[in-house]
Amino acid sequence: MDQKGTSMMSPVAPVLEAKGLIKTYGRVVAVDGASLRLFPGEVLAVVGDNGAGKSTMIKCISGAEIPDEGTIELDGQEVTFRKPQDSREAGIETVYQTLAISPALDIASNLFLGREIRKKGPLGTIFRVLDNSGMRRIAKEEIMALGIGTIQNIGQTVETLSGGQRQAVSVARAAAFGQKLIIMDEPTAALGVRESKQVLRLIENLRDRGIPVILISHNMPQVFEVADRIHIQRLGKREAVVTPKSHTMNDVVAVMTGALTIPEAEQSLGPVR
Amino acid sequence: MSNTDIGYDAATEFLGRTTNTQRVQGVLHKYPWLSAAIVLAISIVTFSFFNENFMTPNNLSLILQQVAIIGAIAAGQTIIILTAGIDLSCGSIAIFASMVMAKTSFNNHWPAWASFILGIVVGTSAGAFNGWLVSKVKLPPFIVTLGTLNIFLALTLFYATGRTIMDQELDPFYLKLGYLIKIGPFDVTSGVLVMLAMYVVLAFALRYTGWGRHVYAVGDDIEAARLAGIQVNKVLMSVYMVAGFVFSITAWIVIGRVAAASPNSGSTVNLDSITAVVIGGTSLFGGRGAIFGSLLGAIIVGVFRNGLTLAGVDLYYQTFAVGVLIIVAVSVDQWIRRARA
Repeated sequence: MDQKGTSMMSPVAPVLEAKGLIKTYGRVVAVDGASLRLFPGEVLAVVGDNGAGKSTMIKCISGAEIPDEGTIELDGQEVTFRKPQDSREAGIETVYQTLAISPALDIASNLFLGREIRKKGPLGTIFRVLDNSGMRRIAKEEIMALGIGTIQNIGQTVETLSGGQRQAVSVARAAAFGQKLIIMDEPTAALGVRESKQVLRLIENLRDRGIPVILISHNMPQVFEVADRIHIQRLGKREAVVTPKSHTMNDVVAVMTGALTIPEAEQSLGPVR
Repeated sequence: MSNTDIGYDAATEFLGRTTNTQRVQGVLHKYPWLSAAIVLAISIVTFSFFNENFMTPNNLSLILQQVAIIGAIAAGQTIIILTAGIDLSCGSIAIFASMVMAKTSFNNHWPAWASFILGIVVGTSAGAFNGWLVSKVKLPPFIVTLGTLNIFLALTLFYATGRTIMDQELDPFYLKLGYLIKIGPFDVTSGVLVMLAMYVVLAFALRYTGWGRHVYAVGDDIEAARLAGIQVNKVLMSVYMVAGFVFSITAWIVIGRVAAASPNSGSTVNLDSITAVVIGGTSLFGGRGAIFGSLLGAIIVGVFRNGLTLAGVDLYYQTFAVGVLIIVAVSVDQWIRRARA
């Protein structure tokens, strides 16, 4: 991977900026003043030990949880997400670890689940009839655009697909609707080696289309393969942000466990792409 | 056993191979009502073999008239079961609505249309109450409707003061669905036609609208549906309300069929409707099934009871046969699911 320009001081505004997020569940403090910045066209990996509050922080951004405190800014505008719908409408798409797809429905139905297209004219407006052929056509285009050639029939039910293909459907859905950014929660956790590679290509593919990606992962080699910057979460806070160039996997693991502290001057808090 | 790296290709080839059994499973999986259609066809052929009176237009019309109530209730029950829910209170809602219709019309001298609309509103509200407890209070549908089954029943008895309103006391409007209509050689009641109309409308909504797709998605995997942006609570609420509406239309069919409004009628309807849905191939676990299957299921039960009666078989054995049918239907469903898990 070639790094384009590492000027830390470029005046690029972040696409997404979360500041001082706090989320508690009863007495458990899951996120304790976490901040996160995502810049245009980058893949930002979010790593951290179990219980570091990665998932909860991400859920606050995707609207699945409401933070107790803190602000989220999208393109400089403060936003409040009360439900997943809100963040989706703002252009944030999330690929959940559980994929959030309905196994008994077909690929096209899943791609448009929750935002189906209706037929034009009275059939659609009065009788609310869905435009199935239209949705299938767009679904096919989207799947092709991502270079997932292995899916033959867009009318296949998702339960007949392999794990990697299901992941691809979920990613295709995010790509089709993600205007601002895409969040991926452990997209390769359940996949084999070959399928993981495919998903990493998908992530690079998305970035090349100009959509920034937040990638939550435990898999260090994969993180170092695709990420532009690595956000390290520890005890509910952002501990450091580094790049695959500036630090090694061992450094990252050391920061995750608290064995190493990186001074702010050596971090990559600004854009690197 | 070889130690070469045949692993991957051999495995794909093995997985790609389909046996005939798998093909049958696949087809049944795709068309969940198919097994019901096969059972219906076999039972009709069998019964007509045992008794020449079975396969007559008169008898077939009679079966249709007999299944009108269960069939109509099963239509509402199906959409609830598709969301992985269940409604044990469906019969209570229907009887409650029928008493509201008959009593406001006879005792309070309301015009028929006004009492009818009030009955519909009461039935739909009862459904909404179930829906609220299921979606907002987040109680299991089984418990909710077990409770409301008793609540609505008690309200009905309390309201009706145990009195049946007879046909001569009823507005002619309420007896309309008991009238016979000749279609070819068949005599069906208009109640049967109303039931069929509800199936057509619901089937259309389930198959062609976003709402229908969301009903399936919620039943298939509620968390996935929520994360995909479906407003799960709204879908559940709407489903229980639509079902309540269907049950109160059924109230009209009930009055027409028995030519009276009685607080004591329809006590077996609750479970019989679930029987029809299950035999019709809709999965109790939600997300799979077709509404016309439930119509077939209701007809199968009707055909069994009628055919066994004509063959001179005791009522006990009829009930026994229906019980066996339920267990077979659920086993088939499990078998199909296992094939595609």
